[in-house]
Amino acid sequence: MMVEKTPILDTFTYVSLILGIVVVGFPILYAIIAATLSIEEVSRVPMSMIPGDQLFNNVSEAWNRGNLGTQLFNSFIMASGITIGKIVVSLFGAFSIVYFDYRLRTVAFAAVFCTLMLPVEVRILPTYEMAANIFGPLQSVWNALGLDGIVSWFAGHDIEVSLEFSLLDSYAGLILPLTASATCTFLFRQFFLTIPEELCEAAKMDGASPMTFFWKILFPLSKTNIAALVVIEFVYGWNQYLWPLLITTNPKMTTAVIGLHHLLPSPEDPPDWHIAMAGALIVMLPPVLVVLFMQRWFVKGLVEREK
Amino acid sequence: MIRKRSYFKTRSLPYLLILPQILITLTFFYWPAVQGVITSFQISDPFGFRTKFVWFDNFIALFNDPLYLKSILTTLMFSGSVAIVSISFGLFLASMANRVLKLTTLTRTLLIWPYAIAPAISGILWLFLLHPSYGVVAIGLENWFGLDWNPLLKSSNAMLMIVMASAWKNISYNFVFFLAGLQAIPKSLIEAAAIDGASPFRRFWTITFPLLSPTFFFVTVMTIIFSFFESFGVIHAVTQGGPGGSTNILVYKVYQDGFIGLNLGSSAAQSVVLMFMIILITVLQFKYVERKVQYTG
Repeated sequence: MMVEKTPILDTFTYVSLILGIVVVGFPILYAIIAATLSIEEVSRVPMSMIPGDQLFNNVSEAWNRGNLGTQLFNSFIMASGITIGKIVVSLFGAFSIVYFDYRLRTVAFAAVFCTLMLPVEVRILPTYEMAANIFGPLQSVWNALGLDGIVSWFAGHDIEVSLEFSLLDSYAGLILPLTASATCTFLFRQFFLTIPEELCEAAKMDGASPMTFFWKILFPLSKTNIAALVVIEFVYGWNQYLWPLLITTNPKMTTAVIGLHHLLPSPEDPPDWHIAMAGALIVMLPPVLVVLFMQRWFVKGLVEREK
Repeated sequence: MIRKRSYFKTRSLPYLLILPQILITLTFFYWPAVQGVITSFQISDPFGFRTKFVWFDNFIALFNDPLYLKSILTTLMFSGSVAIVSISFGLFLASMANRVLKLTTLTRTLLIWPYAIAPAISGILWLFLLHPSYGVVAIGLENWFGLDWNPLLKSSNAMLMIVMASAWKNISYNFVFFLAGLQAIPKSLIEAAAIDGASPFRRFWTITFPLLSPTFFFVTVMTIIFSFFESFGVIHAVTQGGPGGSTNILVYKVYQDGFIGLNLGSSAAQSVVLMFMIILITVLQFKYVERKVQYTG
C-alpha cells in the first residue's frame, strides 16, 4: 500500500466528488421537491427548495391523470418479457454454439453475431411492417411461387390466400422484436468458453446427456452472469421508447415511459409541473431500485460486456 | 472458430437449441433489413398502392437535400457535445473516486442511478430545470449571466438542453467503465512512478491515461451510439426536432419522414445510411479491440 501525503490534492478530490454527486443528483432532488409542492408553490419563481406536504396528493393525481396503473403494468410485462426472452433464447443459443459441433454452427454464429450493435432504431419501418403482419414473409414466398394459381386450379375457382397476423397493440409485439439481440448470446458464449473442459469431460464420462449437463452444471455456474443481465435487460426493456411508441396506438397498451409525456403541461395548460414530476418519479422508480439493489451484479455485467 | 475440445455429438439437439434465436433474428432482423434496403431503391405513393424501382435516386435526393445535410451536421454536433461532456465528467469523477478507495462503493452508488433513468424522463427533468418561466437553472442563467434563455424558441438553447439531458444520463455509464478500468491498472506501476518522483498529475497522463485508452475508446463508441439512437426519447419527449429543425437528429428524421411524412423511400434510404454508419463504427471497434489483444500479447 502506497502512502503519499498530498493534502491539497486530497481536499480537491473530496470537494470535487461532493460537487459531482450534488450536480448529478440535482435534477432528481429538484424533481422530488417539486413533486411535494402545490401548484402555487411550484409556479413561484424561483421555486422553493423546501419540500412541501403535497407528495401523496400529487402522486395520486399523476397516477389517475396519466392512467399509470395500466401503463406501469404494461411496462413491467414488457421489461420482464424482454429480460426473460433474451436470457432464455441466448442461453440455449450459446450452449448450442459452444458445446456442439455441427455443420451449420459457424453459419449460425455468424448470422447471430452480425446483429450485434444494430439497434432497432435503424430498421424501424420494415420491422414495423413485419410486426403489422408477422406472416408477411410467408405471404411473399406464397405469392412468389404463384401458389394462388395452383390452389385456384385445384379448387376450380379463384381463391386468394392471405396470411395475416398482427402484433400491433399486443404484448408479443412489444416484446418479441426486441429479443432479437446478439449481445447476451455473445456474453454467454464468452463465459462458456472460460469454463474448464474437464467439467464437460466428466459429465460425459458419467453418461450425462447434454441437457443434464446444461441444467446440472452450466446453468448453476451462469447464475452471476444471469443476475447481471437481468438488471441490464430490465432497465433496457423498461426504458424502451421508439418501439412501444410505434407499435402501440391503443392508450391501454402503451408503456409508462411513453405515457408520461401526456402529463407534461403544454403552454395553454396550468403549469402542473408538480404532477409531471410526481409522474416522472413513479415511472423511474422501478429501474432505479433494480439498479441500486443489484448494483454489484449490474456493474459486473456492464463491465463484462466490454470484453 | 473457437470451440470446446470436448463437445457433445448429439445430432438434432443443437439445431433445436439455436432455433429460437435464428427464427427471431431472421424475422425481426434480416427480413426487415432486406425489406429496408429494397424500399430504399423504390419510390411509392403515400398509400403504398404503386411502387417504382428508381435505383439510387432516393440516396441522390437525400444527399442533395439541405435539410438532410443539416440533420447530419446537427447529429454530429449533438453527439460530439454529448461525448465531450459525459466522457470528461465521467473520467474526472472516476479518477477522483479511485483516489478515495474506502469510499469507492458509496460514491458509485451515489453516481450510478441516472443510468437507470429513461432518456425521455431525463429529457423531461431537464425541460423542467431549463424551462424559460419555471426552471431554476434557466432563472440562474438569466439572472447571473444575463442570457435571454428560451429553449422552446431558440435553436441554440434547445440544442444545449438536449445535450445536457443526454450527457447527464450518460455520465454514470461512463463513470462505471472508467472506474472499472482504473481499478484494473496494476498499483505497482503507479507506485514505481511515484518512487521515481512523478507527481500525481504526471502519473495520470503518462501511465494511467495510456493504459486506460482501450476503455476510453470503448466508452467513446458507446456514447456515440447512445447519442445517435437512444437519444430519440429525449428529442421526442422534449423538442420534437424543433424549434425549426434545430434538434432534428438523423434517427428522429427517419421516424418523422417515415411515420409522419409517409415518405417511405426516403425514410428507408436514411435507415440504410444509418445502418452503414453503425456497421462502420462496429468494424472500427473490432479492429481496435484486435489490436489491443496483440499489444498485450
